Parts: sequence; C-alpha cells; structure tokens
Amino acid sequence: MFVWLDKLITLLVKNFFKLDVNTRVGSSVHFFFYDSIKIIILLSIMIFIISYIRSYFPPEKTKKILEKFSGISGNIMASLLGIVTPFCSCSSVPIFIGFIEAGIPLGVTFSFLITSPIVNEAAFAILLASFGWKIALLYVVSGVVIGVIGGIIIGKLNMEHHVEEYVYNIKMGNTEIEKLNQKQRLSFAWENVYDIVKRIWIFLLIGIGIGALIHGYAPAEFLARTAGPKNPFAVIVSTIVAVPLYSNALGTIPIAEALIGKGVGIGTALAFMMATTALSFPEGVLLRKVIKPKLIATFFIITSISIILTGYMFNVII
Amino acid sequence: MKIKILGSGCPNCNRLEKNSIEALKELGKSVEVEHIRDYGEIMSYGVMRTPALVINEKVVIAGRVAKKDEIKDLLK
Repeated sequence: MFVWLDKLITLLVKNFFKLDVNTRVGSSVHFFFYDSIKIIILLSIMIFIISYIRSYFPPEKTKKILEKFSGISGNIMASLLGIVTPFCSCSSVPIFIGFIEAGIPLGVTFSFLITSPIVNEAAFAILLASFGWKIALLYVVSGVVIGVIGGIIIGKLNMEHHVEEYVYNIKMGNTEIEKLNQKQRLSFAWENVYDIVKRIWIFLLIGIGIGALIHGYAPAEFLARTAGPKNPFAVIVSTIVAVPLYSNALGTIPIAEALIGKGVGIGTALAFMMATTALSFPEGVLLRKVIKPKLIATFFIITSISIILTGYMFNVII
Repeated sequence: MKIKILGSGCPNCNRLEKNSIEALKELGKSVEVEHIRDYGEIMSYGVMRTPALVINEKVVIAGRVAKKDEIKDLLK
C-alpha cells in the first residue's frame, strides 16, 4: 500500500540528505520520514471513517439497544457497542449512571466500559500503519474478548452494593436525541480528525523519533533477550509500567514498532499499549464518583490480568 | 433566557462554556452561563454525553464542543 512512499523517501534520503539507506543514520532518517507520513495519512483516514460510523451510535441509542439483550449476549453486545459509541472519558460517569438507571446489569455495563477505551480508533490506525491488518484486527478482537470476560466476571461477583447509593436514586429525564444530517455527520468526522491529530501529533513525532533511533542504533540481541517473547516477565512489567502513562499511549506505538523489529515480543508491546489506554488514574478518579474503591480495584485487576494474558497469547501465536 | 453547560468540568466542557460566553458577548446579550457539575442534575436532562448545552431548559447540543458561530445561531 505504501510502496510508493517507501520509494519516495528512499530517493529523498539518497538525494537530499546524501545518505545511504543501508547505513545506521540513513535507515533512521528513512524510518522517521516514512513512518511519520504513513501514520498521519492512515490515522486521518481511519479516524474519519470510524467517527462517521460513530455518529450513528450515540450512547442514548446504545443504551436502548442494550436493554434488549440479557446474559452473555448482553456482554458481547456491550463490548461491540463499546467500539463504536463515541465518548470522551469525562462522559464515562453519565454513561455509567444512564446504563444502571435503565436496569442494564453491572457486568454488561462494565463490558462496555472496559472495551470502549481499549479499542481506540487512533491506536487501531497506527497499528494498521505499523503492523498491517492482521495485528490491527487481533487488537480489536482481543479488546472485545477482554471486555466480555471482564464484564462476565464482575457480573458474577455480585458487586451491585459497591455502586454509590445515590446512583440508584437518579431518575433520568427524557430528551430528544439530536438528529444529525449528512453534512453534520461529515463535519463531526472531520472535526474529530482535526481534534485528534492536533492533540497527538507531537507525541507521535517524538515516538517516531525515538523509534527511528532504536531502528538504527539499538542493540537487537540485548532487547530480544530482555524483552523478547521468551522472557515471561516482560508482559507483566510492560503492563504495570503502562498504567501511569495514559495520554501519550499513541506515541508509544512507533517505539513499539521499532522495538518489535529488534526482537521484542509483539504481545509485550500490545499489552503495553492496551494498558496505557484502558487503565488510567484519571479514569479511576472519575469512576470513584459512582463506584466504591473495591469495585474500582476489581475492575483494574481483572482488566490488567486480561491484558497480560492477551499479551502472552500474542507472543505465543505470532 | 437561561443558559446551562452540563459537564464534569473536563477540558471539553470548559471549551464549550468559553465558546458560549463568547457567542453571548458577540450577540450583545448579558446572560449568565451556569455550569452544572452535579451528575444527578446532569442526568435529569436525559443526556449521557457531556459536554451539553441547554438553552431555556432544552438540550440543544450534546457530546461535542460546538463552535462559537453555531452557538450564536442557536441563541438568536
């Protein structure tokens, strides 16, 4: 798909920078320009398409769909809708309250809340750019599986009394859902592209810069030994390190790409990325307004363990 | 006229509040913008997406930061 870009950047490195792409510095420069352009192009296209689809699934509609499902099919549906329902992290509390108020089971609500941040459209786009369709799709599927299993476990633990009492007393008012026309949907999609790219480009370039250095200079043998698929602790460590890093998650993907090129396990890198987006302190603080610490801890522990297991799975099968 | 912003106080909510205040200023209306942070009250409007803009108790924008010009049209 990007052969043309590869050729173009090779020419640029050769004729403009007067470097040979087979040298360390040449290959680093090539990696930086090639990856930056490729990622920005794919990122913009994917965010546009996904945001357009999302304009059809406001949370109010998602809630209505979920009211019709029960049992495990509810968890699966919630997880799938978690991918397409748009919301900024500050809406997670109103969504939580809205679901509970509608009588949607706690476990189903958590399936939604777990998958939604894990499967992130920007992360999907960058994975697609860096690793291709297979890995990008596996990432989405694992996000759904983690959400379904996490939600089922939380449902089975009967933790309803760990939700703050006031949540059960809230009565939701009725409102007309804003009807968007085609022009508004397209402009919603475009604004999302602009907004996300504006917010993350600097992290991406820093990430790609570090990735480029790793690509040209990092000692492959050392990395493969310490963080390769054969080190069983690498996945656990990368998941734990990832939690406090929240907002810069996307910049880590180009770094991961370069590291994987040097022998680091794909599962290790993916676990790192999923943990940065799925588990964050700000999210925990927000959720504290509606659920008690024990349920937050349960949510974090179950999600972490699922991410670690997914990391191992990727390391074994790829 | 009564104008309310519904939202927890996240950056997006604050941007919508700022855009609304600017829109009012440009229209020459001196109306106070109230920022509702209480979830019980937010939910009573039936919205699950914040930030939301409420004009005269009617939700006109939910889940996005509307631009100043769009808000001006809604306020006219």
